[in-house]
Amino acid sequence: MKFIRWLTKIDRRIIFLLMFGVVLVPILIDIPVETDVSPPVEAAYNAVDTLKPGSVIMLSVDYDATSYPECHPMIEAVSNHAFRNGLKIILVAHIPTGLPLGQAAVEEAALEYNELHKAEYESALSKALSTHPDTTSPGYRLAVEEAALANQKRYGIDYVNLGFRPGMVPIMVGMGREIRDFYAQDYKSTNVDSLPMMEGVHNYDDIALLASFAHGIQVETWIAYAGARYGQQIIAGVTGVVIPDLYPYLQSKQLTGLIGGLKGANEYESLLGRKGLGTKGMPAQSTAHILVIFLIVLGSIFEFILNIFSRRKS
Amino acid sequence: MSFANLLGLWVAATLTIAILSFLYRDNPLYKFAEHVYVGVSAAYVIIYAAKFTMEQQLINVFKNNLISYIQNGSTTGLVEALLLIIPTILGILMLTRWAGPKIGWLSRWPIAFTIGLGAGLGITAGIQGVLLPQVQATVEPLWISPPSGLNLWTAIGSLIMIAGVVSTLIYFYFSRPHKGFIGVVSRVGIIFIMVSFGAAFGATVMARVSLLIGRLYFLVNEWIGGTIDFFKALSP
Repeated sequence: MKFIRWLTKIDRRIIFLLMFGVVLVPILIDIPVETDVSPPVEAAYNAVDTLKPGSVIMLSVDYDATSYPECHPMIEAVSNHAFRNGLKIILVAHIPTGLPLGQAAVEEAALEYNELHKAEYESALSKALSTHPDTTSPGYRLAVEEAALANQKRYGIDYVNLGFRPGMVPIMVGMGREIRDFYAQDYKSTNVDSLPMMEGVHNYDDIALLASFAHGIQVETWIAYAGARYGQQIIAGVTGVVIPDLYPYLQSKQLTGLIGGLKGANEYESLLGRKGLGTKGMPAQSTAHILVIFLIVLGSIFEFILNIFSRRKS
Repeated sequence: MSFANLLGLWVAATLTIAILSFLYRDNPLYKFAEHVYVGVSAAYVIIYAAKFTMEQQLINVFKNNLISYIQNGSTTGLVEALLLIIPTILGILMLTRWAGPKIGWLSRWPIAFTIGLGAGLGITAGIQGVLLPQVQATVEPLWISPPSGLNLWTAIGSLIMIAGVVSTLIYFYFSRPHKGFIGVVSRVGIIFIMVSFGAAFGATVMARVSLLIGRLYFLVNEWIGGTIDFFKALSP
């Protein structure tokens, strides 16, 4: 009994140490974990996958550093997926400190794509040089541009970052009329009209899909304003804390797909065939959950035993 | 990796360890890291607001519209420039609350404007975006016309959902005592509420563990791994 009593009053720092251990070991040793893709993640994947090449997808960065490990792998995976399928990306942010994180994710995805297609790009360049030996000729320039369009992802042509604007709701409503009313310039203070990608992109009618990566109420706000008022198709990538709040919207089909937490990122990555932080973090997530379940069960059993003994005594 | 990148990694790792040190006990290192985080975030937001909101949205637009009026005689430009004076005044009035009680009451005007705008937008969105679609989604047909027909699991799911919605609403119905039939249904409502709390708790645990994974992954692979790679690259 003494031992059980001691265990129920164990120093919480020992629990922290145990948690630290069960998370650290799978990070050090690569343990393979099987992934079952859930229907909400599959729906989010299909929503991106079925878009026609050249379609515009808006990524809303509604998280910051405090949710980085959960939301960042999702935005990386969706950006990668979008570039693979020839989609154009518009980045907006409703949290100013989240903006550089979103920018980094899209730039990394562009870099990854460019690295992957480096050989094709270089071969197209050498072909252009052999066809048009004069590098100042319009023919050569055109061939180079075509090679870049086919094999490279560049700022202003394949993705733009419109930055952060304060006042989330009026912006969401106003973008239904004209994006330029709020984002006349991008995050580098470049005039939006001078960016080739933004030609013909004015409001939600020109955006095929909106993906919000959030750690708060932003997804619900997107649904209430852009979704309900303008019929914008929306998918979300959210932290674990937000998942239960969004299931009703998934059931009512106001949300097309939902990527929830690190597990959701892992599922999306597995569909994409890409090993990101979601996949790498899954073994640690599993061992940590096993520890939490074990501690809850053990604690409940001990409390039950102690209750019985105290009742018998009294 | 450049030396600047390595330095950045070490700063990030030191701050991470400083924050994690709170798990042992509160200490000056933790306090320092906490204050650095708050300070940097506040500074970033202020600079961003000044550059991309004040300058881009207000000063530049005002200046361009005024220039367009002066150079081309564009009345639209003049109107748009003058319209910007209204939010500027409202913004300045918001700051009067720090100027003492004599003129502090002026800050109520922009607050009233913001609340009015928020309420107007919120009521429409609440009904159009949440209430009506959710009610519509709750009343799901059990029989879907062929070829789907009756899907047993979907039908059971729909019935459970209706039971959950009705019993939870009755639990929050306080105009009658929770006795007899209402008492039984409200007890069922509590079970549904508890299940949703359990789901929220489970999801929260998953979220918090993910944050720890992210930080430990950074410490092991990026900080330690990056440092080793940096010195490996230096050695001949």
